[in-house]
Amino acid sequence: MTAAVTAPRRRRRWGSPWAWLIFLLGVSYFVIPLIATIEFSLRAAYKDPVTGEFIRPSLAAYELVLKDPKFVGGLLTSFRIALITIAVSLLLLVPTAYWVRLKVPRARPVVELITLMPFVIPPVVLVFGLIRIYAPPPLAFLNSTFGTEAVLVGAYVVLSFPYMYRAVDTGLSTIDLRTLTEAAQSLGAGWPRVLWSVIFPNLRGALLSGAFLTLAIVMGEYTIASFMGTKTFGPYLSLLGQNKAYEPAAGSIISFAITWAAMFAIVIIGRANRGRTQPAGAP
Amino acid sequence: MFLSLSGIRKQFGDHVAVHSFDLDAAEGEFVSFLGPSGCGKTTTLRMIAGFELPDAGSIRIAGEEIGRVPANRRNVGMVFQSYALFPNMSVADNIAFGLKMRKVPAAERKARVAELLELIHLPQSGGKYPYELSGGMQQRVALARALAIRPRVLLLDEPLSALDAKIRLSLRQEIRAIQRQLGITTVYVTHDQEEALSLSDRIVVMSQGRIEQTGTPSEIYNAPATEFVARFVGTLNLLPATVTDAASGRVRIAGRELRAASAVEAPSGSSATVALRPEAIVIGDGGSEANRLDGSVSDVTFLGSIVRIRVRVEGVDAVVALDTFNNPHEAPPRIGDHLRLAFPPEALLVLPHAPDAGPVAGDESLAPA
Ligand SMILES: Nc1ncnc2c1ncn2[C@@H]1O[C@H](COP(=O)(O)OP(=O)(O)OP(=O)(O)O)[C@@H](O)[C@H]1O
Ligand SMILES: [Mg+2]
Repeated sequence: MTAAVTAPRRRRRWGSPWAWLIFLLGVSYFVIPLIATIEFSLRAAYKDPVTGEFIRPSLAAYELVLKDPKFVGGLLTSFRIALITIAVSLLLLVPTAYWVRLKVPRARPVVELITLMPFVIPPVVLVFGLIRIYAPPPLAFLNSTFGTEAVLVGAYVVLSFPYMYRAVDTGLSTIDLRTLTEAAQSLGAGWPRVLWSVIFPNLRGALLSGAFLTLAIVMGEYTIASFMGTKTFGPYLSLLGQNKAYEPAAGSIISFAITWAAMFAIVIIGRANRGRTQPAGAP
Repeated sequence: MFLSLSGIRKQFGDHVAVHSFDLDAAEGEFVSFLGPSGCGKTTTLRMIAGFELPDAGSIRIAGEEIGRVPANRRNVGMVFQSYALFPNMSVADNIAFGLKMRKVPAAERKARVAELLELIHLPQSGGKYPYELSGGMQQRVALARALAIRPRVLLLDEPLSALDAKIRLSLRQEIRAIQRQLGITTVYVTHDQEEALSLSDRIVVMSQGRIEQTGTPSEIYNAPATEFVARFVGTLNLLPATVTDAASGRVRIAGRELRAASAVEAPSGSSATVALRPEAIVIGDGGSEANRLDGSVSDVTFLGSIVRIRVRVEGVDAVVALDTFNNPHEAPPRIGDHLRLAFPPEALLVLPHAPDAGPVAGDESLAPA
């Protein structure tokens, strides 16, 4: 084979140098701040209890953050709210996206537009609207912790719309919705059964990615939570940032690690169940 | 009648998919809907299944009106072209699905699944997942799943279309054998005339949302009621003709007077289409009563035991195909040879003329398969 023939082939295999350059720029954009944050979080000095000496770098900032009950509490609250948000969002959007695809496909662009609303209405506007409606009587939900969390979940469900709807809708597009539905119906299944036994299980991958995105949004959300005065992770971290130097960096890194762990968990769960679902493109 | 459709009509927007459909099927009967793409076969089947509601008419199973009963309460089994097995469930779970919906106890369910796996000759495959099976196997599982609930009627929508030729043939025989064994009333949709002819007790030939003819395979094949049926069932040669004497069954083709065995329905002087079965035509003068046509050979196809000869008939723009048995001691005619063709009056069918009829004989799609 001549060089003229092999050269383009090699280029196709490894990509052009420009693609690599842009890729590396992109990677540095994300990685450099991360490394800087880690480095900064390690600058907090550790005071040796015996000698009284200060040691750096150390994990002192991490120790402080993890020992702070407010940090753990905030994290747990956020996690709890995220799980509830995911459940509500799935229960709302899976049947909706399913029904729209099956019965009113012409309404799809409209529904899609509605799910994009969170991009048009900033969270600040949303939260002021919510406070106006739910703080004064007769709907004074924000007076109780439970009511506040319920309103917060509602707001987060709305925030999750663009991601969740798209994930679900993409998932639905990969299965033969109509025929599977009709097969189940002819065997005696009513609508709830069709959704629960046939549609949900075959959307596993899509639902997991939607759930992950929602988790990420809720875990890091600040604006709405802080205006409503809930003690979630976002406001806590921001408060920490106003009073301390190294601890917010450590907190960020911890939350980053938790998010990644959650993502890997999802990938692993998805893998474990892959054998049970039809490969894409099979009849 | 066990399954009875009367005056069924379905319209999508301003397009009428099914005009006025009537069918009476006896218990245990195997009925096929045969017709070209878009003629409304699937729509009619879906109305029986309950996936579409008819705009008019009634559907009865064993005397009970089910036209408005939801699909999941009709107890009708359905097999789809795309198999439609639930990808997240094992073969056994797929088959058991309908039984679960009916709250059949687990032990009974298991026994029934085993029984059905036996019936479809896949006794070891209960634990497999659909994607691990071939298309033919998947369709057998789909059949078992539909049969598990002991449906009153079994509906199949082109179940073999996605399979390759060999499996299509064996599975078709298997479906018919299982159907006979269970004695289940069955409606089978296909656009393949051979499939319909070989499987059915009765065939409904459809075109553009209407029934063209309902009859046994031999009625459809030997006595097509309309030109469309003759054309679609596709084993007949069609020739343009003029009716000269309706009462005595005489027509003229290319200046020759030909005789049918019975009176012609069309009035004298009108134009008609004459249908000839290829196996009834012989080369030569035939008997004293025989009709005769002259022409030249346009094509000879050697098919093994049969040799198919196409002859361009003199004086008409039409080609007639005829089948002769292969004779090792005699060479088949060559292209361009002049031949005289003969056929008895019984082999000549006069069909009322459809004005929109396209090209008649010689059309490839009309050649016997
Ligand atoms: N849901 C629908 N909405 C609009 N038109 C439809 C719908 N379903 C069927 N049709 C139309 O009704 C006509 C009959 O369709 P049908 O699917 O019954 O045909 P078919 O005989 O099964 O054809 P094929 O062999 O292609 O499956 C077609 O013209 C089709 O376009
Ligand atoms: Mg069809």
